[in-house]
Amino acid sequence: MSSNHSKRLWMYAQMVKSRYFEDLIKPAYFEGKTPVFNMAKGPLPGEMHLSDGQEPCAVGVCAHLRPDDTITATHRPHHIAIAKGVDLNAMAAEIFGKKDGLAGGRGGHMHLFDPAVNFSCSGIIAQGMGPAVGAAMAAKMRGSDAIAVAFLGEGAANQGAFHESLNLASVWKAPVVFVIEDNSYGISVPKSACTAVASNADRAGGYAMPGHHVSGNDPDAVYAIAGIAIEWARSGSGPSLIEIETSRLEGHFMGDPEGYRPKDEVKRLKERDPIPAYRARLVAEGFEEAELDRAESEARGKVDQAFAFARSNDYPEPKEAFDHVFA
Amino acid sequence: MSLPDATVEKPGAERRLTIAKAMSEAIGQEMQRDPSILVMGEDIGKMGGVFGTTTGLFETFGGERVRDTPISETAFIGAAVGMAANGLRPIVELMFVDFFGVCMDAIYNLAAKQSYFSGGKVSCPMVLMTSVGGGYGDAGQHSQCLYATFGHLPGMKVVIPSNAHDAKGLMLSAIRDDNPVIFMFHKALQGMGWLGTVAGSINDTPESEYLVPIGKASIVREGSDVTIVGLGVTVHHALAAARNLAETGIDAEVLDLRTIAPLDRESILASVAKTGRLLVVDDDYLSCGIGAEVIATVCEALPAPLKCPPQRIAHPDIPIPFTPVMEHFLLPDAQKIESRIRAMLGAQR
Repeated sequence: MSSNHSKRLWMYAQMVKSRYFEDLIKPAYFEGKTPVFNMAKGPLPGEMHLSDGQEPCAVGVCAHLRPDDTITATHRPHHIAIAKGVDLNAMAAEIFGKKDGLAGGRGGHMHLFDPAVNFSCSGIIAQGMGPAVGAAMAAKMRGSDAIAVAFLGEGAANQGAFHESLNLASVWKAPVVFVIEDNSYGISVPKSACTAVASNADRAGGYAMPGHHVSGNDPDAVYAIAGIAIEWARSGSGPSLIEIETSRLEGHFMGDPEGYRPKDEVKRLKERDPIPAYRARLVAEGFEEAELDRAESEARGKVDQAFAFARSNDYPEPKEAFDHVFA
Repeated sequence: MSLPDATVEKPGAERRLTIAKAMSEAIGQEMQRDPSILVMGEDIGKMGGVFGTTTGLFETFGGERVRDTPISETAFIGAAVGMAANGLRPIVELMFVDFFGVCMDAIYNLAAKQSYFSGGKVSCPMVLMTSVGGGYGDAGQHSQCLYATFGHLPGMKVVIPSNAHDAKGLMLSAIRDDNPVIFMFHKALQGMGWLGTVAGSINDTPESEYLVPIGKASIVREGSDVTIVGLGVTVHHALAAARNLAETGIDAEVLDLRTIAPLDRESILASVAKTGRLLVVDDDYLSCGIGAEVIATVCEALPAPLKCPPQRIAHPDIPIPFTPVMEHFLLPDAQKIESRIRAMLGAQR
């Protein structure tokens, strides 16, 4: 099996794993929230931002990363966490607010920290970009060739932190890659209504770094471009920016009525769902169905196991809320 | 005590609105009256605001006066300050108070100081509306209150309604005020279908224009044994506790602050002078909080010692945890208020 073959099989399996993870979140999220939807109820209270459709961004980038490379991710983090190799049982338990979750239930789905694979995410737009520059500089200053990747949405490119972080990374030649998952909506506001440039990749030039654009929501295309940007960082050439056209197949959060979206848009996007499309391509290029089936079933098995773990895990003791406020 | 709660429907009342509807109605009426008013923020256009604060305004007033912004809070709140200095009266929404971290400079160093730095020559008539509060599992960056943070910084007025009637009247006052007003609305009271709503927040809200003055608290239940000071959702917790306490003959007065800055110290003092006991309940972090300010006000001003030490209930000094078993353990509720008051009175009786 060639290295290319195994990478692509890995990417496919991670996409399936991520999607299946979200597929299990959906019914669990609505438990206790019917017939009257109330975000506070059920085993998964609060906002839930699903990543359906955005898997190619995560797998195409993470296929190049090592555990000592850092990722900072967003409020929509599951696909990236899974592709980075975050402990799936502990991640699921965290999302269910259980005691053996990544943070013992303190963080929840927008605040997943797994230092074993240098993954973190948080809930404020563009907030992870500065920390990614910092992680990159820490690696550089200790003489490591580890890099950092900051994931962000296209809406984040209008934040001050975006522009400041690009400039800082460039001035310091930080080994960091900024990855924009452009799903074309910031909650309800389309990119075209709030962004002065058609392509955020063009903004990289303003900060003297390479800017790449990847169209088609295609894991192979993401993989190819991410390889260039990550090698650029790892070899000491500095930061770069990648803009990936992707699609948000669900609402901004679960329960979002999505009245702002043109009718049929989601239907059209689902017809171009990247996961079956990728499977079809792999089959056309000689992958055996049985091999893909095995990868799928293994991926699903791990997710089933993680959800079973999360469901059966106990809640933490309430008074443990007072732990870890300080180191 | 036979006086009705202010938050309970009056006989014959016909217009029971949610806080969300009261806010959007108030803004719409003011926009009809005053062409210098405009609304800006994230998802406030076609979507009508994530928390329903601008429902219907885009359709009525169009995109010139109801502007969706990029996710660029530093810029659009800074721009609001510039608009306010130049003849407009912007109403700006920032979806969650937690998000103010990225744009605080424009708020506390610009908006709040514009009048002062100009020797009163340049005012800053803007309203910043933002959601506060947790209790629904949205974790530590989407559940904070930060009342005291804003109350601490001079040059801004800070209001928080506990019901739709007050929300409308406070919004009209905020829009007509020549100072920056932070208009906080609590998610547990907002009346969004998807979030659950404390019933008492939905009340009779006249269609006609009326003002609820900024800086005036409201006694929402009269009583003689203890004063419970609350704001936003904790007013409703206090009322629920007071109802339970009444069954065993404890007569609690509930004071709804309505305004955090300027604080209505006079009403607080009058109530505590009457009852001799004070419990302050808020859902912000405990230390250096509203409770401390209210208690200090009483200790500084009242000559006679209280019947028992003043008390406060707030969220402890830790980030708000996600998991419901922890979050509900930490947040104030009616039961915690009731047992604290029984302890306060038990020590005396």
